[in-house]
Amino acid sequence: MTFGPAELLSQLLVGISRSMILFVVCAGLSFVLGVLRIPNIAHGTLYMIGAFATFSITKMFAGSTGFWIALIVAPLLVAVVSLVAERALFCHLYQREHLMLLLFTFAISLILGDLVKIVWGAEYKSVSAPALLKGSISILGASFPRYNLFLILVGPLVAIAIWLFTNKTKIGKISRAAAVDREMVGVLGINVSWVFAIAFVIGCYLAGIGGALVAPTVSITLGMDHTLIIEAFLIVIIGGLGNMWGALVGSLIFGITHSFGVLFWPQFAIVFPYIAVVIVLLLRPKGLLKSVW
Amino acid sequence: MSSLFQGRVFSNGVSEERKDLLRDVIRSKRFVLVAGILIVLFILPLFAPRFFVYIIALIYVTALLAMSLNMVVGYGGLFQFHHAVFYGVGAYAVALMLTKTSLPMWIGFIVGPIAAAITGLIIGWFCVRLTKLYFGMLQISLGSLIWAIVYRWYSFTGGDDGIHGIHMPAFLSSLNSSYYFILIIFVICLIVMYMILKSPFGNTLQAIRDNSQRCEAVGINVKRYQLLGIVVATFFAGVAGVLFVVLEKSVFAEMLFWVLSLEIFIMCLLGGWFTFAGPILGAAITVALRTFVGRYTEYWTLILGVMLILVIFFLPEGVMGFFQQLLKPGTKEVTERGKG
Repeated sequence: MTFGPAELLSQLLVGISRSMILFVVCAGLSFVLGVLRIPNIAHGTLYMIGAFATFSITKMFAGSTGFWIALIVAPLLVAVVSLVAERALFCHLYQREHLMLLLFTFAISLILGDLVKIVWGAEYKSVSAPALLKGSISILGASFPRYNLFLILVGPLVAIAIWLFTNKTKIGKISRAAAVDREMVGVLGINVSWVFAIAFVIGCYLAGIGGALVAPTVSITLGMDHTLIIEAFLIVIIGGLGNMWGALVGSLIFGITHSFGVLFWPQFAIVFPYIAVVIVLLLRPKGLLKSVW
Repeated sequence: MSSLFQGRVFSNGVSEERKDLLRDVIRSKRFVLVAGILIVLFILPLFAPRFFVYIIALIYVTALLAMSLNMVVGYGGLFQFHHAVFYGVGAYAVALMLTKTSLPMWIGFIVGPIAAAITGLIIGWFCVRLTKLYFGMLQISLGSLIWAIVYRWYSFTGGDDGIHGIHMPAFLSSLNSSYYFILIIFVICLIVMYMILKSPFGNTLQAIRDNSQRCEAVGINVKRYQLLGIVVATFFAGVAGVLFVVLEKSVFAEMLFWVLSLEIFIMCLLGGWFTFAGPILGAAITVALRTFVGRYTEYWTLILGVMLILVIFFLPEGVMGFFQQLLKPGTKEVTERGKG
């Protein structure tokens, strides 16, 4: 098999654009893991809710304005859902050990998954990209969908936004401090419970953004949460728990190995990212970058 | 943060006399109870409707799977996150032998669990070098690798369609005969598991769960014991996989998907981690919920989720653990501490 540079380039760009969606979701998951120490399986389901909400909101408006509104409203809806879940349930369980929290979030994901089924039904849904981002452009002879280019631009923007939040705002700094030593933060007179709530909601908000961004590229269906969350967990682990840049590196590894897998051996394309993850974990069991744990 | 596992160290602190007394009473009662249940289960197919017999057999298979997980999770304290892979490997091994080769079927029945145990050995060998969440995640990635291969290798494993209509020998063709076969194997496995957990090996495993550092200090090779525990547990998971093929006469790629792994985890949690029979109860609850509630509504996982939340909030030791606490009031205060 031989491929021209054009195919390789376009496949690389496709891989990066898929990585960007993974990154947005994983950054949220990693943030929650870092600050709250919750391995949140419901994160994937919140991502799915974001995608379904995008579908509904896009349908409400004529033309392509619907998608842009959805891009703002759908993540907020997800954030509200997560706030309710956090204040009603999670906040009572922070002292429990990880295994219990993991199973607890799985229970939440089962409940939310069925609620999605009740609200949106079990059929496949699809969202069309806004007119501005339809079609494709040609880069060095390779044709490339505009929407994927949009994703490649959005990913770094989200990364910068998260960096600014965690490093330049007070609440971000507090949440980073709480990740390292929550008792000390409490001693300083800060309401740790609300810091956790805000961190959780922000993490889930990112899941919602991921869901909204992915909506035009896939058929939205029940079960998309299950495939995503396992990838997200592996990315967070290989990147280093709680490390946002680690999530970026992990996402790129995952997305690019998958897209080159599609090129070289389509039948087993989904196998390649797992091989990459196994290799990374064998070489660096605690992740590529520094973990906050 | 005191962990659930560490909390168990104290549960042996009940005074010896009282323990002996209680043990005698419970043991004699328990013996009658177990014998009675076994007799009922053996004569069940004579009067119960077919569907009911099928569900009970499915509960045996699931219960065996959940108990094999509990060997490493409840007794071993390991984060065995992807146990379903070994179940699937066992099932696929026997299914592939029966469809692709003309070897006698009993060889397949032996190959299934052994294939699962070898997979457990390989995956476990990599995993035991890590601990806790990292252990679990490495296992998930290795397990997902196997799942992805099975899911996509259409020409060999049938891909996401699975393999259906596997031919069983005459003595297993009817539902009742496969029910008895599954029940007998299930009971044998339970006895063997019980003996393993009560053996010095089982005690060592529990000691490692409670305090691995101290175990290492007294000269126990912690990693080797954990690896051996994984191999034994995955062997039984493979047996469960074989029994699933006997019952359903088909295999699916979903058997290796991580969602099933978490479902087994839930069964252990529902029934109770630290009780021998807890996972059976958890499996029975889950299977019954899926079948009987699933008939009336497609939203049975919603009910499962709510049940799970209630158990986590109010019965952290599971339903069986809760009843055991009622029977042994001496341990109650201790588990309160374990909750932390």
